[in-house]
Amino acid sequence: MSEIVNMKNICKSYYIGDQEIQVLKNINLKVEEGEFVSVLGPSGSGKTTLMNIIGCLDMPTSGKYILCGNDISEMNEIELARVRNKEIGFVFQSFFLLPRLTAVQNVELPLIYSDIPQKERRKKAEVMLERVGLADKMNNLPNQLSGGQQQRVAIARALVTEPSLILADEPTGALDQKTGTSIIEYFEKLNAEGKTIIIITHDIKVAAHANRTVNILDGKLTEGVVSG
Amino acid sequence: MNITKNKLRSILTMLGIVIGVASIIALITIVQGATNNISNEVIKLGGNKIFINVFGTPLKQGLTQYDAEQIAALDNISGVSPTISGKTAVIYNNKVLKDIVVEGKNEVYFRADPELLSSGRAINILDLGSKNQVAVIGSNIVRELFFGINPIGEKIIINGMTYTVIGTLKESTGFSLGSTNDTVIIPYTTALRCLGVENISTLDAYLEDTNLADQTVLEIKGILNQAFNYNEDAYNVYNMGDIIDSFQSIMSMMSMLLAGIAAISLVVGGIGIMNMMLVSITERTIEIGLRKALGATPFAIRLQFIIESIILSLIGGITGLVLGALLSYLLAAIIGIGVSISLSTNILAVGFSASVGIVFGYMPARKASRLNPIDALKSL
Repeated sequence: MSEIVNMKNICKSYYIGDQEIQVLKNINLKVEEGEFVSVLGPSGSGKTTLMNIIGCLDMPTSGKYILCGNDISEMNEIELARVRNKEIGFVFQSFFLLPRLTAVQNVELPLIYSDIPQKERRKKAEVMLERVGLADKMNNLPNQLSGGQQQRVAIARALVTEPSLILADEPTGALDQKTGTSIIEYFEKLNAEGKTIIIITHDIKVAAHANRTVNILDGKLTEGVVSG
Repeated sequence: MNITKNKLRSILTMLGIVIGVASIIALITIVQGATNNISNEVIKLGGNKIFINVFGTPLKQGLTQYDAEQIAALDNISGVSPTISGKTAVIYNNKVLKDIVVEGKNEVYFRADPELLSSGRAINILDLGSKNQVAVIGSNIVRELFFGINPIGEKIIINGMTYTVIGTLKESTGFSLGSTNDTVIIPYTTALRCLGVENISTLDAYLEDTNLADQTVLEIKGILNQAFNYNEDAYNVYNMGDIIDSFQSIMSMMSMLLAGIAAISLVVGGIGIMNMMLVSITERTIEIGLRKALGATPFAIRLQFIIESIILSLIGGITGLVLGALLSYLLAAIIGIGVSISLSTNILAVGFSASVGIVFGYMPARKASRLNPIDALKSL
């Protein structure tokens, strides 16, 4: 199995005035292909910053980050955009579907940025929506869908580029218990199909669904209990 | 796309461009139409004409017939038409018209413009030779003296002498310079004798080749210098071609000026678009952040916003074009001139509005492309 994420001594600090605030302290994290990892931590623990770095949305202050064999710290903005497009599928807490686009158009969105012809884009998006069970909602606008359905559209959008890593930030945070559970179960199903998944969450029940949990507290990472 | 979802705002934003383009089109078209109209009138008066105006000296108050013949004898002159004018009463059948301009002219004047006559015949060389008492009368004179009567062959009294009406002049309309509607024209030889005027005060010389006009003007000045003993204040020589040229350059300058003023509203419109784009970027921070997270490069984001801005200003530009065209035709119909909207005007308007889109869209687009995706996604 190949390594998807390999972080060595990742630090991230911000400056407020002259004061340095260390958000991440010497993070070491490895995620192998096919793993389902949850990053568990309370708010303010630095887990969002960690997710931004894993997702190549932010650069570490120091340390080395290798994503699917690419050294992120040496990339420029355009190369980072390409890596995000090809290697990572994002799922956000509040879905972030574009309200003016239909479900299928939303799923197509990442493909627009990867030089895939229009017809093929539509086809792939439709296939993906069928997979998440929304074949009959293709042309609905997001506000015509329930929260769970919206999150499934977002998952379809994350999957459509066939990324190496699905990165989910509190994917159940905006959903009720029952829908949240079904979404998490969907992630388990995807993992069973071989997808590598990292979930960032503060909810221990959500984290328990993953094969491996790492805890983050005050910017430090500790390996958690491996759950069944 | 965002444009269609915020219809009212988009329309209001485009309004600046619409008004700008419409006013540019209308102004250019109207001024051009008016210029062409006036130019045509002036050319009708004679682009091949040289006007000679004589003020004279105390010793010699105007040109003599001999001077006129000398000018007529120049190589590049096909003919000269002297004018002697006076104001006097014209009487027909006890109806009296006071202060009518009576002009003495020759056959060359009528030959130069075959469309001058409405009916009857022109003054010919025989009338001049035998100083016939014949008259060609303007359309207003016909209306006032001969209402319901065919004037040809009727007798009128000018300055106490009887003249036979041999022709009538066409009504001159519109901007016509030197309207002849209220004029009575008689042979100039007759005029010299009967109007109590001894000298020719204006002379039109007709050119054979307008390219040689400058040379001919010099030759005419030579003759006039001899006639007036090198007193250059005694006369003026105008080349009609020069007058047309300078008139046209003044008009085109004016149309540029007006278009320039209208262009200011395009700039204002552009600022409106820039403002709307900036507002829209603020509203769409999440969208921009999301697109970036999904792999949009800064270039792709910039392109998206510039295209939106170009579309906005192009729609505005094309609407303005249509509106401006309608406005031009409407105004032209009211003023009574013919207009045509040239292709270059269309290209100018559409090109201008597209570039407004690019110029004023660039800054907001760049701002959007530089947005940090983390901040953008946090802004929920």
